[in-house]
Amino acid sequence: MEILVCVKRVPDTAENEIEVNGDGTDINRDDLVYSVNEWDNYAVEEAIQIVDRVGGKVTVVTIGDDESEEVLRREMAMGANEGLLVADDAFAGSDGRGIATLLKAVVEKGNYDLVLTGAQADAGAGQVGGMLAAMLDQPYASLVDHIEVVDEKTLKVGREIEGGNREMNEIQLPCVLSIQTGINEPRYVGIRGIRKVASVDIPVLGAADLGLAAGTVGAAGARVKVEDYFVPELGAGAEMLEGSTEEIVEKLVELLKAKGGLK
Amino acid sequence: MAQIFAYITHKGGVADDTALELAAAAKMIDGAAAVTAVVTGSGATLDQVCAAMTGSFAEVWKVDNAALAYPNAEAVRKALVNILPPGGIVLLPHDTFGMDLGPGLSIKMNAAFVADVVGIAGVAGATLKLVRQEFSGQVSTHVSCDASAGAVLNIRPGVCKADAAGAAGGQIVDKSAAAGDLAVGRRFLEVVEAEVGDVDITKSDVLLSIGRGIEEEENIEIARELAAAMGADISCSRPLVDAKWLEKSRQVGTSGLTVKPKVYLAMGISGSFQHMGGVKGGAFMVAVNKNPKAPIFQVADVGIVADILEFMPELTEKIKSL
Repeated sequence: MEILVCVKRVPDTAENEIEVNGDGTDINRDDLVYSVNEWDNYAVEEAIQIVDRVGGKVTVVTIGDDESEEVLRREMAMGANEGLLVADDAFAGSDGRGIATLLKAVVEKGNYDLVLTGAQADAGAGQVGGMLAAMLDQPYASLVDHIEVVDEKTLKVGREIEGGNREMNEIQLPCVLSIQTGINEPRYVGIRGIRKVASVDIPVLGAADLGLAAGTVGAAGARVKVEDYFVPELGAGAEMLEGSTEEIVEKLVELLKAKGGLK
Repeated sequence: MAQIFAYITHKGGVADDTALELAAAAKMIDGAAAVTAVVTGSGATLDQVCAAMTGSFAEVWKVDNAALAYPNAEAVRKALVNILPPGGIVLLPHDTFGMDLGPGLSIKMNAAFVADVVGIAGVAGATLKLVRQEFSGQVSTHVSCDASAGAVLNIRPGVCKADAAGAAGGQIVDKSAAAGDLAVGRRFLEVVEAEVGDVDITKSDVLLSIGRGIEEEENIEIARELAAAMGADISCSRPLVDAKWLEKSRQVGTSGLTVKPKVYLAMGISGSFQHMGGVKGGAFMVAVNKNPKAPIFQVADVGIVADILEFMPELTEKIKSL
């Protein structure tokens, strides 16, 4: 099975305190720790496991700049066979539809049976997979936490729905799936693994390579734009307990007692 | 302003809470709008929901088709594309169904799409100014959306306060014939219910809930000692279940269980809306997190900035000494 996995380099929210910059036009991007979007990492692991079972090839693609190449190499160190970097100044400012338009062009240059994305990334929209599928006229399922290959034309997929329940579907290939965390246990990637793929050639695709008309992607084509970043003024946030650890523990125990938190 | 449609999700003949929240959201976009509810399904349960929606919407569009008996987003999308006029604004709940439907629907309607809307800040002509969150809720954004060719907006459940069901006296319009061919490449098979665990956390009065801040699997023992001292049950946020450190039956959140404890102690949990959506019933909430900007401090009653791996043993000692 030929599988394309779409990945993104994002600030790691577990490792960073995200702050708004001085004029609210962006977050402070200096000194941020970046990594591959967590959901995407599960998607790559799933693709590798499928290929291990039924044969085929895993290609990882990202849209970004030169720095984005590092996440492709990381995923290739996990076991993805090939990487593609989509980069062009003309792509800056693309909204979700613009990103999906770029990925559609990438998909159409290949011959993929299955396209995987993470269920969401740093903007928390969860939109690119569903848009891409609709543009390709392929079936789509989101929040996938289980995949079985039934035959060459069919997958059985589980979707994570409310209440910890799983919705089982049969879906025809080729299709697009967005992958939820927890579907597998992504393998560890060591420095040695990354070194092994350090010199593998990664093709870079720009606007001309993808045959895209101006205005369909990038800021000019975006109907949805982030105007500013801000931290909301909160009416009532938490009462913050301060002081020495001893004092804090003392206060907390009193509160817990009063609220029935100690039995 | 364009015509506004609210897609009503329902189960067992009862509309979801988001139905009236979407009605409220539509009013925030256009106070004068005659909002249309769109209800898809099959048979008697569909009729019940349509009847109930006439109280809150000017029109209720009913689409009855056996292929829509279970809300398969692929089939629902086809029906909506066939019945909705171009240029309309479609409101969906940002839940596991809305996430499945919204992005693809926007492409097929050639409409703009905005996911997980948490606020409506204003409308200027055909441009909507919306509020979203990024980076796991650590920062908010104002987003402008050019809705001149229509828009699909996924509204986060719980953020628009629903009006009580009124007496709008809405008309039910049967759109079933216009829905067209609903054959799709994805077939719904069944819903597999969540497994029940050894402890039913939905019944617990006191929950010690642990998140990513626990860092290592063996550190869960530190939390177990504190829970034992408090007489609390252990629950957790999603990353611990993803890592297979705790059972799914311990997970609090929209994709896990909804809990209603008296006291909820959130240890090393950042407080994503998916997690907070699983804590109901006005629990007294204490949050301990080493990141002072963690969103959980916005919703907790009491907050402590500390490393839980250092803080929990101190708390355990103190409680044991009482």
